[in-house]
Amino acid sequence: MQDAATYSAPLGPQLPKTPTGIDGLDEITEGGLPQGRPTLVCGSAGCGKTLMGVEFLVRGILEYDEPGVLMAFEETADELAANVTSLGFDLQALQDQGKLRLDHVHIDRSEIEETGEYDLEGLFIRLGYAIDFIGAKRVVLDTIEALFSGFPNQAILRSEIRRLFRWLKDKGVTTIITAERGEGSLTRQGLEEYVSDCVILLDNRVIEQITTRRLRIVKYRGSTHGTNEYPYLITEEGISVLPVTSLKLAHEVSDEIVSSGVPALDEMFGRRGFFKGSSILVTGTAGTAKTTLAAAFAAEICRSGKRCLFFAFEESPQQLVRNMRSVGLDLNKYQEQGLLHIEASRPTLNGLEKHLVTLHKFIRDWQPEAVVIDPISNLITVGNITEVRSMLTRLIDFLKVNNITALFTSLISGRNIQQEMTEEGVSSLVDTWLSVRDLEGVGERNRGISILKARGMAHSNQVREFLVTDEGIRLLDVVIGPTGIVTGASRLTQQIKEQAEALANQQELERKDRELERKRRVLEATINNLRTEFESVEEELRQINHDELMRQQALRYNRQNIAGSSSPE
Amino acid sequence: METPLAPTATEDETWELRLYVAGQTVKSVTALANLKSYCEQHLKGRYKLEVIDLLVHPQLAAGDQILAIPTLVRKVPVPIRKIIGDLSNQERVLVGLDIRPAESK
Repeated sequence: MQDAATYSAPLGPQLPKTPTGIDGLDEITEGGLPQGRPTLVCGSAGCGKTLMGVEFLVRGILEYDEPGVLMAFEETADELAANVTSLGFDLQALQDQGKLRLDHVHIDRSEIEETGEYDLEGLFIRLGYAIDFIGAKRVVLDTIEALFSGFPNQAILRSEIRRLFRWLKDKGVTTIITAERGEGSLTRQGLEEYVSDCVILLDNRVIEQITTRRLRIVKYRGSTHGTNEYPYLITEEGISVLPVTSLKLAHEVSDEIVSSGVPALDEMFGRRGFFKGSSILVTGTAGTAKTTLAAAFAAEICRSGKRCLFFAFEESPQQLVRNMRSVGLDLNKYQEQGLLHIEASRPTLNGLEKHLVTLHKFIRDWQPEAVVIDPISNLITVGNITEVRSMLTRLIDFLKVNNITALFTSLISGRNIQQEMTEEGVSSLVDTWLSVRDLEGVGERNRGISILKARGMAHSNQVREFLVTDEGIRLLDVVIGPTGIVTGASRLTQQIKEQAEALANQQELERKDRELERKRRVLEATINNLRTEFESVEEELRQINHDELMRQQALRYNRQNIAGSSSPE
Repeated sequence: METPLAPTATEDETWELRLYVAGQTVKSVTALANLKSYCEQHLKGRYKLEVIDLLVHPQLAAGDQILAIPTLVRKVPVPIRKIIGDLSNQERVLVGLDIRPAESK
């Protein structure tokens, strides 16, 4: 009996997997841990090995209804339960429901005397009993290496551990075995040679006083998996693994437009604003009103009744509100309406990953329409460029997938020759890139804004001067002088000059008009003269003609008379 | 499967011993035989021996923190002592149980 699901799997039979329920881990392992097989989780102290095991069990119970057994070799059941209470895992309640069984294995070398042959059947029986008692599908052996301290006979121990893993496989339970990281090998006791199905390595690295935890899947027999090192965090909700980049670039896109909050700036875009869900980067040197632009955008989002999340890494919320009031932006109003949330913290407060998780958490809980991060360049202080870049990539991906419009500001150093390159190198990730810069002229400094890129829409190529006024940001019309665009006082000079020129031109024009009028009149007079002259000439000619006619008539008459008098003769 | 041996006159207190086994394996049988012989020799009349087969009572394994099979647990006198293995080394068993062979003469 084949069911439809088997047929619909396009890639043929896949290794059956058990989802861990741990945030992000299932994505990297492409579905979870190998079902019914042991997985080794190794790492040094403080990596969260035990926590990963506990979370695997708890999520298994809560999300997949798979009971689990935790065999702890280091901590007692009460200690374990207390340790994970802060994460919201109530182990006691789960035990009471018969979904979870904690078994603390206490090994005290001083109590044990060894004489002759033995095996670890007792461990098998205990584990088997616990598994059968609650019908467990998942088992966690927390630091089985503790056995090595209790039993000096390594030969027996190793063969028994090998037998244990075989036995667990036969039982069909998905097992996590935690082990301490060893020098030069994955685990101190070389457990990796017994567990050959899946090995996950946890790592705890301190770089420049900031700790980052990383996870890597060393091997996963019979399955593809993410091979990178993935940062992970231990948050209030358990472990959260962050894939560096999402696997695909396949998010939904919106055709809606959101305003930038500065009407004249909207005019510079072919579609009168930004695409909803796009990411916008505002770069500029110090004091070029990046924050003001960002706040204007945030206020615009709130004005339209949508929620906006503002991460301020430089100013406290109160300071930001006060400062923005001076440019006519009343952020306080939106805060009171619950439309704007300003989350201010120093970048150094947390590692980058923690910041990312804070962002994720806020965004997930609060569902904002837009997110502003002011500025992203400050994050550089807590990580190196590659890390910041990878974090921002993930953040931008995350925001895009959720169709949230994001505006980032970034401080660039004025001396940097490659001004177009932001330090974080995120410019290729963003859709729209605004550059604000100082236009330094003779004895003064003015602000100019230009669009470096705007994916998917036509945009103005002009550098526009803008003023930060009491009513917000105002873009000025472009004034072109003999040496390019002019700003500030030169702009005024240029304008006055142009006005004077225009006046002179006007006067010249009027003068020319008058001249023309005069010429016309002269000409008309001349024409009249000529016409009078012509008339007199004409009259004279007519008179002459008439005289001639009269003369000829008289002549003809005289001739006839002469002829008549001579004929009768 | 209990084999309590009735305690008779004791010098001080009755020893309580528990032997955990898993079925009738060679190791378990050897261990039980060895143990009985040591007890008869050194603790005659003042010990109680309980043999627990974990295949029958798996829930009892956790109580005494049993991992290895066979395990001999000395419950009384305190402190608890554990001896694992088939108990083939008499000297070590006696040291482990803190039985002074001199007493048994």
